[in-house]
Amino acid sequence: MFGLVLLIGIPMLFITGLLSYASYNPELSPLNDETPDKGVLGFYLFAWPTHPYWLYRLLQGVHVTLGVVLVPVLLAKLWSVIPKLFEWLPVRSIAHGLERLSLLMLVGGVIFEFVTGIFNIQLYYVFPGSFYRLHFYGAWVFIAAFVVHVCLKIGRMARALRSRSLGDELRTDLAHTVPEPPDPDGLVAASPASPTMTRRGAVGMVGAGSLLLFVVTAGQSIGGRLRATALLAPHNRDPGSGPNSFQVNKTAAKVGITPALVGPTWRLEVHGHGVPRVFTRDQLLAMPQHAAALPIACVEGWSTEDQQWSGLRLADLAALAGVPDAASVLVQSIQPPGPFTRVVLRGNQIHDPRALLALRVNGAHLSLDHGYPARIIVPANPGVNNTKWVHRLTFRA
Amino acid sequence: MARIVRWYGSGPLHLLVLVASFALTGYAMVSLFAVRPWEVAIWFVGAAILHDLILLPLYSLADLSALSVLRHRAADGPRVPWINHLRVPAFLSGLLLLVWFPLVFRLAVPYPGDTALSDSVYLGRWLAITGVLFAASAVVFAVRLRRLRRAGRGDKSRPAAGHGAAP
Repeated sequence: MFGLVLLIGIPMLFITGLLSYASYNPELSPLNDETPDKGVLGFYLFAWPTHPYWLYRLLQGVHVTLGVVLVPVLLAKLWSVIPKLFEWLPVRSIAHGLERLSLLMLVGGVIFEFVTGIFNIQLYYVFPGSFYRLHFYGAWVFIAAFVVHVCLKIGRMARALRSRSLGDELRTDLAHTVPEPPDPDGLVAASPASPTMTRRGAVGMVGAGSLLLFVVTAGQSIGGRLRATALLAPHNRDPGSGPNSFQVNKTAAKVGITPALVGPTWRLEVHGHGVPRVFTRDQLLAMPQHAAALPIACVEGWSTEDQQWSGLRLADLAALAGVPDAASVLVQSIQPPGPFTRVVLRGNQIHDPRALLALRVNGAHLSLDHGYPARIIVPANPGVNNTKWVHRLTFRA
Repeated sequence: MARIVRWYGSGPLHLLVLVASFALTGYAMVSLFAVRPWEVAIWFVGAAILHDLILLPLYSLADLSALSVLRHRAADGPRVPWINHLRVPAFLSGLLLLVWFPLVFRLAVPYPGDTALSDSVYLGRWLAITGVLFAASAVVFAVRLRRLRRAGRGDKSRPAAGHGAAP
């Protein structure tokens, strides 16, 4: 039963994870690539779309929330195979030995993936090295073992599920709960203690655990009034109040943006064909402004509702730079060097009419924490690639 | 064929699937262990050990202790299956802590600076949820106990089936 839930849930986690990885456009530029030694593991990468604009928000919300909700199911699954966890020796045959090794990858891999993911969404960076590297390569190590496990055990799972009717099990009370018959794998206890919980009780308790985790977590992705219901999730409250009071990934103070850096001396440089153009913020505000309603969605699974952005279209800026059919743009932030201070966006992202260099949000100027004087906002783009405190754009054909 | 099965311990398909899997594992592991290999290995194997040798024995021990310590106390009154009234809230509360302990214990050092949010709310919230879970469980237990006592008064010859309090 728990196996069946994981058989559906784990592939969903894996696929949403791979898509999330593709959303960074890692093959577009080494600047976007957190895992340059991925080799053939990036075989499936494709140009990340801008439609639908909520794609990344949904994808990452599902990935993170589903991962959290599956924790009790995973624990229950591991609990149900306790004897196997402690069976090391003797190795009966080469086949048996290889299977044991694969199981170590399976159990080590799944816990490694859940732990790195759950720690990362809480900014608890105690794992050894870059989250992107560990979670991405760890996922491939795990999935290799997972596929083997499914191949070897799916028949057994189907037989076990067929051996009893779900309806009957849900009607069975404790007095009528009997132990499993002995099985060839030796998972059933030789002399089980008298039962203290029905099978429906065990499934119900795990289900209640998943439901409770869903309730205290999902609101940070769904947003609106439900944000407050995510009692234990990291992004369950709005910082401050007013038009700029939506969620912040990294504050200005955190990354070393000072008011001096973005004061009256701030300029936007636009590079392309010929002499670079340089603009003050007032000059940018005097140009034709366009609006777009887009969310901020983070790899950590939280997201905001649609915000009302306004500013200059990236396509207009590309034309201004003399590269109207730009295939890419290098976006550089004024923040001191660090991860995600530079990013390359692709042609389809530049030419989407909702892709903006935003100057204002929800009718007010951007706040310092949301990227004043100017920030990128592109539909379906992962949050960290919507660069804040932009000071240079370099369009390339 | 029979010789392969005897020598290997299973059919050739089994071997093929496993070898293909290990090829992918090895390929991904070269990159996984490219940076800080020992620490990553400790985390990878440690993850399994932490669960199998610490978390699992701990919760099993807690469950067995609760069963053996509390069974005698309940021996006098009417037999009500009580263990799950302890198990379920403890499991749910422990689960929340297992997932969200870095925030609950304020271990995520960058959190307040990064997000402009305070992490001081989480401990109180977790304790409050834990309190509500145990209280709700206690209320349900009390109601069942009351019902059982009433039924017991009505018909002394038919004690309810109990399990936690079984001798």
